[in-house]
Amino acid sequence: MIDNSKIFANIKSHRIKYKIILTIMAIILLILVCLNMTIGEKNYSLMEVIHTLLSSENNYIIVKLRLPRTLAGIFCGIAFAIAGNTFQTLLGNSLASPDIIGVSSGSTVAAVFCILFLNLNRGLVSFVAVLAGAASALLIYKLASKDGYSTNRLILTGIGAQAFFSALINWMIKKASEYDVPTAMRWMSGNLNGITTDTLPLLIVIVLLALITMTYLSNSLQALELGENYATVLGVNVDVTRSLLILISVVLIAFATAISGPISSIAFLSGPIAGRLCSKNQINTIPAALTGAILVLAGDFIGQNLLPTRYPVGIITGILGAPYLVYLLIKQNKGGSI
Amino acid sequence: MKQNKITIVFTIGIIVLILSVIVSITYGAKAVGLSDIIDGIFGRNTDSFNANVVAARIPRTIFGLIAGASLSIAGVLMQSITRNPIADPSILGVNTGASLFIVIGIAFFNIQSKIAYMGIAFVGALITALFVYNLASLGNGGATPIKLAISGAAVSNALTSLISIFVMPDSSVMTTFRFWQIGSIGGTTNTDILLLLPFTIAAIVISLMLSNNLDTMLLSEETAKALGLNIGLTRGIAAICGVILCSTTTALAGPISFIGLMIPHLIRAIVGSNHKILILSSGIYGGAILIISDVLGRILGRPGELESGIMTALIGAPVFIYLIRKAKLQSL
Repeated sequence: MIDNSKIFANIKSHRIKYKIILTIMAIILLILVCLNMTIGEKNYSLMEVIHTLLSSENNYIIVKLRLPRTLAGIFCGIAFAIAGNTFQTLLGNSLASPDIIGVSSGSTVAAVFCILFLNLNRGLVSFVAVLAGAASALLIYKLASKDGYSTNRLILTGIGAQAFFSALINWMIKKASEYDVPTAMRWMSGNLNGITTDTLPLLIVIVLLALITMTYLSNSLQALELGENYATVLGVNVDVTRSLLILISVVLIAFATAISGPISSIAFLSGPIAGRLCSKNQINTIPAALTGAILVLAGDFIGQNLLPTRYPVGIITGILGAPYLVYLLIKQNKGGSI
Repeated sequence: MKQNKITIVFTIGIIVLILSVIVSITYGAKAVGLSDIIDGIFGRNTDSFNANVVAARIPRTIFGLIAGASLSIAGVLMQSITRNPIADPSILGVNTGASLFIVIGIAFFNIQSKIAYMGIAFVGALITALFVYNLASLGNGGATPIKLAISGAAVSNALTSLISIFVMPDSSVMTTFRFWQIGSIGGTTNTDILLLLPFTIAAIVISLMLSNNLDTMLLSEETAKALGLNIGLTRGIAAICGVILCSTTTALAGPISFIGLMIPHLIRAIVGSNHKILILSSGIYGGAILIISDVLGRILGRPGELESGIMTALIGAPVFIYLIRKAKLQSL
């Protein structure tokens, strides 16, 4: 006889733990927002910042520099994180995040081309980046699925595609004029410098919509994680759900990339971290989103204020992510899951 | 029959190589004729402009030949000792390791001499290769292609971030590094070649001497042991030769990817896996392909030029994907 009350008690304590963790993450995020808004070349008190924002006073540093930067950090972080988390869950492998299998670089190639050579405005750039990201995801998937789909083959194909796209990016950066190099460097690691307010509303709307859809779909995603057969038995339309989720993820990646460049490691790191903090047996869309935002803001704060030279956020997150990537690899290789 | 095939492969290889050398010397921003080449080579008529053009293009071509041959042979060696069809200096992260060490050298020790570049690149490449290989060998099944490729990609990612940390603060380091990083065989001089040549020749000769042992190792470890082969030693020497070949090239040219992956595969498909023939013909074709990539880069990159590192990645990445597609699912 199974003791039901014990199981329910377990589930309950799980839920409480989940809520506590979410609250703590939200508090950390809030603290980081405050830090990013107040500290910098010129320091303001928190009251000054709040006062400025509420009274629509025209303080250039706060309104035109720090506010867009912080917002972009939060929403790009969320976008990369939930897109990465979805890829990892769908493909059943933490290494299958879009920044490792070449989807992000597909978007980056398009974005770099549009910005450096066509001088398109940001809205159009995002649109083209979305198309290119979707096309490269589709291409990589098609190339990887010959006589049956295999995640291993997908990852290897992705690594090849990544090399191809990086060569294209290098080529364009080399062709760009000398004074575009700082801009170009953004496309190699991700950077929050020079973000203007006009690009933000669209990003925010898209990220929020995606967040809602993904939370809504997370039950189906969880069923998919069990395996396609189980999912079908549970009444999930596997193909539709999978395509929809991948499409949303690609849109998120592409939009965020067009604004901040590919911020390294966020897509790859957030899912596993959230899984470790909460529970591996559920879809952690919200925790992953919070993790992504926290990582980007923390990385940006460290890169801007704590080091002797200013570094773009992508370099800091790349450094933070690298050891974790290697650690994950050691664990995965030892566990024999590849 | 087989002997014939091999003769044909060699003949075609040498013809292609000679043609590519001629094209590489004649074609460019200023086209020159054959007679100018002869003048340039024998130092006659040195005041003629065309002869000077030729003299400037010769080191580049020779270096391309050596670099292409070195990288292909390094690929052959790495594939044989890891028993892994997709081992290649760029996949294994060796290029990035060499890059990181060179950046550290530029940023902190102000290295300038080419020999220092080569030494430091060798150390970086060796450490990275060992690290990636050991990382991939953890767990069941040893270093399978998928584990090796992912470990290489992961370590490359990690090292790339470190490289940026060193490059970003100092714009002079950034400029030096940006041009080195793309992988170009232009800008080499005769002195560089003379410096490189002893290492390359030594490594190639030693690999040729090892080729019988490498053939035996292909059978199976047990058979090789039973035949009295010291597997560890053979592997170790071959690995060092491979690392020397790719790191010295990388030090002078910057990272050039995928040559070591493409060429050995194509050659192996035609001539089989006799290492002596494999190494020699990979060397010939590797040299030819790198020179052709360089010429293509000059054509496509007009009015400037496109570095051969970019060209080889653009050609090689699709070949890599093709190989992955062709491979049997279980073997990944």
